[in-house]
Amino acid sequence: MSTMGGLGQMKLSVYFLTIGLVLLSLPCGSYTEIQSKPPGTVTALPPVKHAEGPQAFPDAEKSNLPVFTMNYLRIQVPFEVTLWVLLASFAKIGFHVYHKVTFWVPESCLLISIGLIVGAIMHSVHEEPPAVLSSNVFFLYMLPPIVLESGYFMPTRPFFENVGTVLWFAVVGTLWNSIGIGMSLYAVCQIEAFEVQDINLQENLLFATIISAVDPVAVLSVFEDVSVNEQLYIVVFGECLFNDAVTVVLYNMFNFVADMPEVEPVDVFLGVARFFVVGMGGLGFGVIFGFVASFTTRFTSNVREIEPLFIFMYSYLAYLVAELFSISSIMAIVTCALTMKYYVEENVSQRSCTTIRHVVKMLGTISETLIFFFLGVVTITTEHEWNWGYIMFTLLFAFVWRGLGVLVLTQIINPFRTIPFNFKDQFILGYGGLRGAISFALVFTLPDSIGRKKLFVTTTICMIMFTVFIQGISIRPLIEFINVRRTNRNLDTINVEIHSRLMEHTIAGVEDLCGQWSHYYWKDKFLKFNNRILRKILIRDNRAESSIVALYKKLELQNAVEILDTVSGDINAAPSIVSLHKEKKGSGKPKRKFVAADLRNMHDILSKNMYNIRQRTTAYTTKHSLPNDSQTKEILIRRHTSIRRSLRPGSFHGPDEAKSQKYFSLPSGKSLDSKFPPQRLRHTGNGDDVTMSEVDYPSARSRFDQPSRSSSRAMLPLRRLNTLKEMPSSSVVDLVDERSGGRGAWGRGMSRLNSSSSDSRIPAPRRRHDPSNGPGNGSSGDHRPEGEEQQPLSPTPAWAAEPGDRDDSGTQKPLLMPQWNTRKPQNP
Amino acid sequence: MGALQSLPDEPEYRDLSEKTGFSFEQIGILHKRFKQLSHNEDTLRRDDLNTIPDLACNPIRTQIIEAFFDKRNFHQNGEGTVQEISFEEFLVVMSHFRPPALNMTEEQRENIRREKLRFLFNMHDTDNDGTITLEEYRHVVEELLSRSGALGKETAKGIADAAMLEVASISVGHMEPDEFYEGITFEHFLKILKDIEIETRMNIRFLNMDTTNLCNDWRQERPQRQRFEWLERKT
Repeated sequence: MSTMGGLGQMKLSVYFLTIGLVLLSLPCGSYTEIQSKPPGTVTALPPVKHAEGPQAFPDAEKSNLPVFTMNYLRIQVPFEVTLWVLLASFAKIGFHVYHKVTFWVPESCLLISIGLIVGAIMHSVHEEPPAVLSSNVFFLYMLPPIVLESGYFMPTRPFFENVGTVLWFAVVGTLWNSIGIGMSLYAVCQIEAFEVQDINLQENLLFATIISAVDPVAVLSVFEDVSVNEQLYIVVFGECLFNDAVTVVLYNMFNFVADMPEVEPVDVFLGVARFFVVGMGGLGFGVIFGFVASFTTRFTSNVREIEPLFIFMYSYLAYLVAELFSISSIMAIVTCALTMKYYVEENVSQRSCTTIRHVVKMLGTISETLIFFFLGVVTITTEHEWNWGYIMFTLLFAFVWRGLGVLVLTQIINPFRTIPFNFKDQFILGYGGLRGAISFALVFTLPDSIGRKKLFVTTTICMIMFTVFIQGISIRPLIEFINVRRTNRNLDTINVEIHSRLMEHTIAGVEDLCGQWSHYYWKDKFLKFNNRILRKILIRDNRAESSIVALYKKLELQNAVEILDTVSGDINAAPSIVSLHKEKKGSGKPKRKFVAADLRNMHDILSKNMYNIRQRTTAYTTKHSLPNDSQTKEILIRRHTSIRRSLRPGSFHGPDEAKSQKYFSLPSGKSLDSKFPPQRLRHTGNGDDVTMSEVDYPSARSRFDQPSRSSSRAMLPLRRLNTLKEMPSSSVVDLVDERSGGRGAWGRGMSRLNSSSSDSRIPAPRRRHDPSNGPGNGSSGDHRPEGEEQQPLSPTPAWAAEPGDRDDSGTQKPLLMPQWNTRKPQNP
Repeated sequence: MGALQSLPDEPEYRDLSEKTGFSFEQIGILHKRFKQLSHNEDTLRRDDLNTIPDLACNPIRTQIIEAFFDKRNFHQNGEGTVQEISFEEFLVVMSHFRPPALNMTEEQRENIRREKLRFLFNMHDTDNDGTITLEEYRHVVEELLSRSGALGKETAKGIADAAMLEVASISVGHMEPDEFYEGITFEHFLKILKDIEIETRMNIRFLNMDTTNLCNDWRQERPQRQRFEWLERKT
């Protein structure tokens, strides 16, 4: 909101706005002044003049109470801002209508293009160029959301693994670029032919600083699409974030220096000192505010509605306080976000967490969109000073120094890296140095005291256009062409997860063994400190599985409700162990081995509970789309719960053991039939959807099933009902016990099966379905009643085709899904 | 420093270096560490490793230690376990974690991959029958989850079972009803983990610089502190 307010001061009067105005004024008869004019002339009016409208109006009918009045001035600022934001957002919607467009052309290009069009329209109607950005508006309202977004969604683990390289490139690289480009340009300025001799060294350095802020939004999204290797990704990501900080610091410094008549050597040293003070100060403030924010969220459990607010307010506060002391506010807000993220997300509820992510993402995107959009508009509407020599040399130098910088800096940093950057990586790193929003905003907010401001603006715009359009569009084909090392990020099999873990622990262990600690050593130290002190202070419910348990209670309730209304939708997300079988059995071409949801569920457990020397970040977050894992996680955990619930009945009674196994296997079929006999079959017929649904069923069944089944087995249904009710209030212990009981039953069943075959071998999944074939079906007799009972219930029992399967399915528990087979062929 | 003092064994180092690919400096450092762990003996026993305090909180500590005494990891086609290892064997096991060279051919990459995965595989396959059985798999997963307390064993079992099924479905695909999936063979192991870029991940950056001195003081006093803490907790 603050963004809007600030923007409003810019007094944007746009063509778009005019249309809106005219439309509005149409019904207003008395507002003749505007109505009578054609849009073209109206826009030429400075917005302030609209004030005359309302004033003129009372004159017309002084005596009477006005029936209809309009006071545009009053709403002008927020109104125009809203229209701008809307327009930019519409543009974004437009791009994504055609996916192919955004695939090949980065979004920033498209935004600039739209801006260019709007600018052209404004220009054609002789609209005055809007004073888009003032220094205050930019620094106080538009920049914070952008950096907050980057900081908040920074993939933590890769970042800390590469923190040295990131900072190296961000700090030293930016200095290198600024000084290199600045000096070179200064040299060029000495050439008389270019007529830019009046630009002195300070101004050149200032300009070079602005130019060296890379902003590779476009590159990052390409990186994500082609899943380029993690190291490269995080270095580009981190570099763009921290070099903003460095750039702004340098910018302020040079801005100050540019005013000074002469620079003494002392000032250089002071400048260096200041550089560190500013950087470290920002870091300190960020950490402090991060911890305070985390600490605050400890107590927000009763005011969930405003929970997300704390996050924004504290981040913003960190930013403002840093501004107050003229230290690096970007640094402050980024470290604040990094620090609090971990703790806050454990403290707040899932919903708040989602809200925070959405809002952070939204604000960041809006700011960035607006800046690119304005960039396009300003390009057309502003006055330019074109100087071929200066502009061309800037482009050249920026490119050369960037390339050189990457080459040299990698040579220095490579010996310190476990996995060094090869030449391909370096090339992409250098080539990915796009300039963007920050550069533009910085140059636009240059004080007017700088003589050649117009030239700087023009050059910067050229630079941005050049890099964003040419490099931005060509980088995707280039990456594909030179075949950069990639990481397969679709590691969604349990085995991969387990083995990555295993590997990480092994590495940690061997590292300990050989007594060499790199950053893992410090990480370990920090984690210990974190677990012993920080977590206890900052996190309300300091238990490893606290979030899971909290979710259980909530989800137990939700689950029942949700199954009712989101049948088809949610089915997709339901995990199933059974699916495996079904697929194998059914189509014979196991395309997806495991349901993603189920896997992530497992991942969740794995990552939450493993000895976490190395915390894994689950996924990269794209710069422009929200990471949606929180929601899926919620769904997953819900599935998890329902699995557990399905197990629960069996766990209580010895005699029930057989039942519990059967239950595990049967639920899918049973609940299906009992609950949604006809449609369910249809639903599940769709390819993958089928696979995921069964976990839902237990719960569905527990609700709907009961009447039908009670006759034959009163005990089970009753119990199931109970569990539903009791769950919300049940304690952690309950859950655990029940679950473990269930698991135990399952395990026992399995081992029974196993023992029958060869010791400790796992029977083929298929085998489980057909216990009759194997020795494992000791308890099949138990289940039979159920199977028989079901048959009448379901109109078109899928297993009718395979009666054998159905009968013994009970023994096979989780794995078996006879009913699905017949459905599978129906897949479109 | 340590590395310099042990330079007299240079010819020996050369052999080791050729065999394992470590540089002399690295060998020197590791040798020093070896001596430190073995209390200046020529061989290292399990007990020596068991007492490393840092390892204490590693959930798969036993597997890691076993790996060092596993003949299969010595590149000698041996089987079974040994009671004590010499420095050479210590180095050979360590060499599994050497980062790959910057540029390698596809074939080299594949070899490194196989070697590293074989190491992991051997950690699972404790009875050395060439397959990871369900029991073995469960055991490892349990260990991995052992730190989590409540969620521990039963969940681990479930995960291991599911993972096993997954392997079965990936590697065997279509199974006849009376078939059993006996366990993960190494070929299947390679197959299921083909997406994980082990050659770039299972690496340790062995230092060329000696840091053991830095950590020595800390290391010597720490076991006592830990023991003390542990006692405190008990009482």
